[in-house]
Amino acid sequence: MVAMTHVDAATASDRSTTARWVMVALSVALVAISIASLFVGATGLSPLGVIGDLVAGRPVDLRAQVVIFDIRLPRLSLGLLVGAALAVSGVVMQGLFRNPLADPGLVGVSAGAGLGAILAIVLGGLLPPAVGTAMGYSLVPIAAFVGGWLSVIALYSISTRGGHTSVATMLLAGIALAALVSALSGIMIYLADDAQLRTLTFWGLGSLAGATWSKVLAAAPLMLVGIFGAPLLARGLNGLALGEPAARHMGIDVQILKRFAILLVSAAVGAAVAVSGGIGFVGIVVPHLLRLSTGPDHRYLLINAALLGAIILILADMVARVIVAPAELPIGIVMAIIGGPFFLWILLRRRGLLEM
Amino acid sequence: MIRSLLLSTLVALPTTALADRVLSIGGSVTEIVYALGEQERLVGRDSTSTFPTEATALPDVGYIRQLSPEGVLSVNPDLIISETGAGPLEAVELLRAADVPFIEVADGYTEEAVLQKIRDVAKALDVTEKGEDLAASVSADLDEAEAVAANVEPLRVLFILSTAGGRITAAGENTSASAIIELAGGMNAIQGVEGYKQVSDEAITVAAPDVILMMDRSGDHAASDDDLFAHPAIAGTPAAQTQSVVRMDGLLLLGFGPRVGEAVRTLAGELSETAG
Repeated sequence: MVAMTHVDAATASDRSTTARWVMVALSVALVAISIASLFVGATGLSPLGVIGDLVAGRPVDLRAQVVIFDIRLPRLSLGLLVGAALAVSGVVMQGLFRNPLADPGLVGVSAGAGLGAILAIVLGGLLPPAVGTAMGYSLVPIAAFVGGWLSVIALYSISTRGGHTSVATMLLAGIALAALVSALSGIMIYLADDAQLRTLTFWGLGSLAGATWSKVLAAAPLMLVGIFGAPLLARGLNGLALGEPAARHMGIDVQILKRFAILLVSAAVGAAVAVSGGIGFVGIVVPHLLRLSTGPDHRYLLINAALLGAIILILADMVARVIVAPAELPIGIVMAIIGGPFFLWILLRRRGLLEM
Repeated sequence: MIRSLLLSTLVALPTTALADRVLSIGGSVTEIVYALGEQERLVGRDSTSTFPTEATALPDVGYIRQLSPEGVLSVNPDLIISETGAGPLEAVELLRAADVPFIEVADGYTEEAVLQKIRDVAKALDVTEKGEDLAASVSADLDEAEAVAANVEPLRVLFILSTAGGRITAAGENTSASAIIELAGGMNAIQGVEGYKQVSDEAITVAAPDVILMMDRSGDHAASDDDLFAHPAIAGTPAAQTQSVVRMDGLLLLGFGPRVGEAVRTLAGELSETAG
């Protein structure tokens, strides 16, 4: 409760009751929506038929099996992980920077990952054929991940002096790094041919359409570390909300907290961006929706954000894959079109609560 | 690697029943299917397949490089014929996993490449003879058009893809536009640049085009002639002095499908009018 000393005690306990109920409601909703998402797709196939056939030992139509088990199921898994990872990372970043506008991009991970992906798309053809063949379509995700990490390491070392990481320096260095990265991306865009340009554009809009089991398995451990590791930071982030000196007085090792937070976020976001491209929005909107309804206590916020982030991404993906079927919209577009106005509406209704 | 994989599928093409649920991906492939008279077998197309107009009534599975595997499966194809570059690779792999024959035909901007593409599509559809006939007639048509083009005074032609934001994106070497200009007896004004690139105003002045070539369609490509010739880079060119601009349908001009002869003839006609 330390972080809430500024809040009226009665409100705080009301809010934590609400937060617990929200947690239950979100868990139920997540399970329901996950199941529903297996039923939704361009082919209109139902998983019940396939599962029924499998259980009864009847021969299963290969296409139906591929649609359910190799297209929809990995896509659902990826949606769950990416949504949760981005939302949790958003909460951690906003807590760490004590800034409601902070998003995972601030540690440079998105910019670096973007540059990695662009380099791989445009220059991938220059690799020795043997390397290119071995990497196949993992080349872009791997490059994105490496790019994300390199830029985090750069930012972290720039802003850390004598064992103290200055978040303000990190913020400014992040802006400088983003400018540099966007210039390098510009050069790549100039060099790119038409096909590569299209690929770049689509990568930037984000998509879960490329979900395969191998991608899910490769990216899951890192995202899971972020999702399940973050709640361990809850007490520290609550303390940090009162300012660094106050947090230190409460016995929180702020430097270790920062290091872990940055590590978790880079792992989770690096992996998420690598497999799904540039999906924005979740990291900012989900934490705010929850803060508006259940307050700033990170113990609940981190868990609820994981649940709500997953729900929103899966919902958006369901829309993305049927709205222009048999074609498909990039999920980033769906997210912004539905999420933008919704978020504005919430803001207008509850703007009094925003003075956090 | 991918290409050799695709070629091996091509060789291992099942020769059993005739595929009658064909998904055609790529504008030129769809045109070839129609030219072969096999359109009854089509169940879907991609978003670049806009000719003939009837084709647009078919379900659209999206952009060639951004196919959704489930979307493709939803039209229940038993054969997919695609231009080079279908993707993402994950989607293509999933379609293979679902046992849908996937045939990629090579692209190219020469007469040989067009004829080969026609033969490949015909072979995929198991109508090899029709393919030979179509290839022969396209070849004859193109030869005839080239004979006309041979008499055209070799003008310097600048293909402008876009003038969006006042910045000119033009066709350099190794582009479909450059290839069609040369087939039609012209000369690409932009040399030493690969692909479609934004070019500086000075580069255009140096290129000194006699004619501007553009796609005939709406959006930012549809700069009016007045706007075009008022552009500082173009105003000083010979093309501006003679007010020479040619506009043609994009898919016809750059498609390199069965209408390549028509494209060459039309462009050559326009060019000789300008020169005359």
